[in-house]
Amino acid sequence: LGHDIHFHDKKIALLEAGPRKEYDRLPESYSNRVSSISPGSATLLSSFGAWDHVCSLRFKPFRRMQVWDACSEAIIIFEKDDLDDMGYIVENDVIMSALTKQLDAVADRVEVFYGSRAVGYTWPLPSHSCDTSPWVQIELADGRRLQTKLLIGADGHNSVVRKEAEIQNIEHRYDQSAVVATLHLSEATDNNVAWQRFLPTGPIALLPLSDTASSLVWSTSHEHASELLAMDEEGFVDSINSAFWSNVNHSDFIDAAGAMFRSAISLLKPSGTAVRQLPPSVAKVDPESRAMFPLGMGHATEYVQHRVALIGDAAHRVHPLAGQGVNLGFGDIACLAHHLSAAAFNGQDLGSLKHLLKFETERQRHNVSLIAAIDVLKRLYSTSLAPLVLLRTWGLQATNALPPLKVRFL
Amino acid sequence: TQLSLFRLTVKRLLSTSHSSVDSKEMKKFQLLAHKWWDEQGEYSALHSMNDIRVPFIRDTLLNMSSNYHLGIPLSGIKILDVGCGGGLLSEPLGRLGASVTGIDPLEDNIRTADRHKSFDPVLAERIQYKSSSLEEIVEESMETFDVIVASEVVEHVADLEMFIKCCSQVLKPEGSLFITTINKTQLSYILGIVVAEKIMGIVPEGTHEWEKFVSPEELERLLESHGFSVKTVNGMLYNPLTGSWSWMESTSINYAMHAVKSGVQGQSSPTESLSEMEAEQRSATAGTGM
Repeated sequence: LGHDIHFHDKKIALLEAGPRKEYDRLPESYSNRVSSISPGSATLLSSFGAWDHVCSLRFKPFRRMQVWDACSEAIIIFEKDDLDDMGYIVENDVIMSALTKQLDAVADRVEVFYGSRAVGYTWPLPSHSCDTSPWVQIELADGRRLQTKLLIGADGHNSVVRKEAEIQNIEHRYDQSAVVATLHLSEATDNNVAWQRFLPTGPIALLPLSDTASSLVWSTSHEHASELLAMDEEGFVDSINSAFWSNVNHSDFIDAAGAMFRSAISLLKPSGTAVRQLPPSVAKVDPESRAMFPLGMGHATEYVQHRVALIGDAAHRVHPLAGQGVNLGFGDIACLAHHLSAAAFNGQDLGSLKHLLKFETERQRHNVSLIAAIDVLKRLYSTSLAPLVLLRTWGLQATNALPPLKVRFL
Repeated sequence: TQLSLFRLTVKRLLSTSHSSVDSKEMKKFQLLAHKWWDEQGEYSALHSMNDIRVPFIRDTLLNMSSNYHLGIPLSGIKILDVGCGGGLLSEPLGRLGASVTGIDPLEDNIRTADRHKSFDPVLAERIQYKSSSLEEIVEESMETFDVIVASEVVEHVADLEMFIKCCSQVLKPEGSLFITTINKTQLSYILGIVVAEKIMGIVPEGTHEWEKFVSPEELERLLESHGFSVKTVNGMLYNPLTGSWSWMESTSINYAMHAVKSGVQGQSSPTESLSEMEAEQRSATAGTGM
């Protein structure tokens, strides 16, 4: 927003609980928190100059995504026809550093309060009885007071803004935690494919960081996650490799049914069967890079109220299996920025519900189906019961063969 | 009875010759003076009218000037908002950078407007409100303003001709006048009064009197005879289901008009169009050329 021309004479304050994050020099090792950035999100970041900084730091584009089931031979492959990049794997710290640089560029309009925390919010009364200030009042931990026409809550899935605004949140904790780590591959490769295998305990994904390194995101039960963290490095690496390579969960029945379906498809649609590639094997894990965090799903019933808007995880939280969490957030930002910019150009009060509701409708329409789909996928793949495995096997094979469905997924 | 009739006519004559403000009209608005800023209240249609009238004013002015800054499109422009009410239109114009003076004969309206802008330090500086009629400020504001906005006002004034004359006096040469109002047609009676006021309650009952509506042809005639050149006329349509306004071809219900005061000092020669002047010049030079 600070870079938007229509916000030329507006003032924006950003409250950030963490410290300032900027890289003067890239650290050698990779951070274990990475995100899969979609091309749409990259476009947003480049619209205000942040993507250039990301490119000058480090990132890894990937061209292909292979997703397959541990319980059957079903496989689905995503790739763009014109060999364009499907997405980019970027460390979160790199993104933060790029954003910090661009924030500095508009320091006259955007003031960032690092290490700050809001301790109290005072909401305005309904608009027409203005004896008290009609704006939102915020009290900071250090005693300072701010007032604003529009408060944007981007404070994560435990959003305080959302709770204080008394917006209901539908939430559900998954019995899963995600284990992340930075891995080193056995041999150098092009490494431009993202791999994900659905195990009965949860999906395991390998996201490329460089020709020799990949990032691990393994969603599994809490107990297993703790075990993985406690294991020695060799045991950890072995678990990963066997997760990707072992066929222990296959059953003959499913394999036969799957093979039959596959030959049926190849009769109808010759190009519809996929060529299975083999994922790389892992040799080593970065010593300090193992970590875990619990997973859940959440969706706020409202994204906006008078003078308040929620974006990102504060509004919706999803399972990492689709790599979409941060992209949904970026989508929220692009949409809200667009509506606020138009409102500013019309001289409107930025906190007015009129355009905030337009943002909410647009994003809820887009988000709800995706969030529901991710949740359904998570549940569907959390089992090794034959009927469901069959269903998802055939479903995956069919989806792989039918371009329209596949495109929709992307 | 003859005496009372005489007294009545004298009273009427006296009242119209002094002011374009109609005291009956003022009473109507008095009751609702505090309701201006309730976006879902009695004035909701005026709030949503901002969605088309602000871009109309903004884009017309941007098109007319050659140097502008998209960030503050109306900066440096002095606007007079006549009949500003609670400041519904003054505020967005102020946010876009203009210096706005809002006048309204009703003190309560000005009070509401002042209080509402007071919370915003930027607007508090850019907008000045005054409880006054248009005539009362003419003396001290001759040729002061770049733009006059009279939105949903001319259907409430008592003497339209005087109103327009005063507009011309306080407007700089080549300045712009924006008017939005209601046409005087059968359709506007049915939709504007019967449906809007009596049936759907979009506008409080009794707000409008069909007799005082002005057709765009009549308004154009009046404007041109006072030194204005009408540049644009657009029909407006209100959709009560969505609560939003849009532009339409036909001006049979609501319409907006943009007129420019002629740059020629003093003389008001309404019938003289540019081509006529050119023809005169050509014949003059033709004469000497021989």
